[in-house]
Amino acid sequence: MASDTSKRSSYFLISPMALIFAVFLVIPLLTIVVVSFWDYDEYRILPDFIFENYEYLLGSSVTWSIYLNTLKYAVLTWFFTLVIGFTVAYFLAFHVRSLTWQIVFFMLCTIPFWTSNIIRMISWIPFLGRNGLLNSALINLGIVDQPLEFLLFSDFAVVLADVHLYALFMVVPIFNSMMRIDRSLVEAARDAGASGFETLKSVIVPLSKPGIAIGSIFVITVVMGDFITVRLMSGGQSASVGLQISNEIGLLQYPAAAASAVVLLITVLLIVTALLRLVDIRKEL
Amino acid sequence: MALFSKTRERRPTSFYFLAAFFALFVLFLYGPMLTIFILSFQGENGGLTFPMNGFSFHWFGNLFEQQAVGDFGGSFSRSLKLGLIVMVVTVVVSFMAGLAFRKRFRGDSVIFYLAIASLIVPSILISLGIGLLFNIVEWQPQWFTSALGAHLTWTFPFGLLIMFAVFNRFDPSFEEAARDLGASNWQTIQYVVLPMVGPSLIGVAMFSFTLSYDEFARTLMTAGALNTLPLEIYGMTTNVTTPVLYALGTVTTGFSFLVIALALGTVAIMRRRKGQKA
Repeated sequence: MASDTSKRSSYFLISPMALIFAVFLVIPLLTIVVVSFWDYDEYRILPDFIFENYEYLLGSSVTWSIYLNTLKYAVLTWFFTLVIGFTVAYFLAFHVRSLTWQIVFFMLCTIPFWTSNIIRMISWIPFLGRNGLLNSALINLGIVDQPLEFLLFSDFAVVLADVHLYALFMVVPIFNSMMRIDRSLVEAARDAGASGFETLKSVIVPLSKPGIAIGSIFVITVVMGDFITVRLMSGGQSASVGLQISNEIGLLQYPAAAASAVVLLITVLLIVTALLRLVDIRKEL
Repeated sequence: MALFSKTRERRPTSFYFLAAFFALFVLFLYGPMLTIFILSFQGENGGLTFPMNGFSFHWFGNLFEQQAVGDFGGSFSRSLKLGLIVMVVTVVVSFMAGLAFRKRFRGDSVIFYLAIASLIVPSILISLGIGLLFNIVEWQPQWFTSALGAHLTWTFPFGLLIMFAVFNRFDPSFEEAARDLGASNWQTIQYVVLPMVGPSLIGVAMFSFTLSYDEFARTLMTAGALNTLPLEIYGMTTNVTTPVLYALGTVTTGFSFLVIALALGTVAIMRRRKGQKA
């Protein structure tokens, strides 16, 4: 077969995906960049080339505190999902011995991921609320006299919900990396006299790094851009970059929202580039 | 020592700590969902938290009264249709792309990085970008145009990555054998490739349907005048203060479970059939 026909068939096969990405990813992102230089009044957006949106955004101390707050959520969520994800993956990969049980437990972890995020957030309300299960239990046990107010509608609730929603994003890639570790390496370490902890530190953690990097990329990018968790779980008392963008959209200040979006996109891409230095994604599939 | 390594070793102490940790993790995942499941059967006079004030199906009934809680039926049917369209398109397009990526072609890394970008660009940016684009060219956003495109940018990367994983482990000698026996390109795909990658395609289908069915951020500015279910649920969280919210949660979660069970069941049946043939 001539390579020309096979090349042509490759282009034919890839064209639908390329087209959708062009129309619904590339052009929209370019549109955001263009609109971020436009002007606006109460009713419409006006084509222009001004830097006011950026000047206003970067000159405002509110922006910086919102970024700081968003980073705080991202770092905390990243830390907790990493600890939980690594521990769970380690248990599944090295302590569960039969493949069947590995699959069953793995499925058990993944199923909640297939349900609505918003419902999963709402489901914390009866647990954390003022008269919720946790407060009633604490009062009944005599640990506190008054219901704890910080449980729901607080930073605590935001991070808790984020960890709840995204822990799986860490479990899956780390588990995937761990399953590829040659078991004889672990045995060799043990035969050479390494304790369980030493094996973990010098064999398993280094070899799980690609999974850790991929999980971190997922968790950090998703929390950096999130607005719904912050709105629902903080009860409107905290801000995040995504929430700021969504508020500006609500006020029809599209050029301002676009400028915020461009800055957010650059921030996220910088973080991802830094993390990608640790891993070659294409090798991991 | 090596002789006996096949026999069951005694579990180290760390196993029990890790097992307990895992059990807590599962409780953490399912506990909250379980509470709203129970509370959705709250009695007619019951509130958003425990105690249960009797047991009733009142809030489920309430769900289907249009004026009380918005348009549950309409938004559900839109989300269902959208999910099905996204599913079919994602399966077909990802499969085609997977086939294309088995050979190198100019621009293959561009498509690959676009897929990765699509995965990590915050969803609200996709929503904003498509919303702005439609605004500028003066197209009316609709759930079956702009929202469909927005959802595809989210499901394609998953579909493509699954196809990569499948074809990386795919032995091309089966196809060579088919071709040597005189099969055409299309016959090779139909009788050799498709049956072998079938279960993975079911996986892609389930992935894309549930991702679309539950997607909120990408739909926000792209759905147009009519809400999808997640938008409807979100609207309810701000103005509904009765357990009807939990009833809705129970119904949609139950539906998601049904879809998962359907997908797993189909894969199991396909596997068994393959086993019988072999």
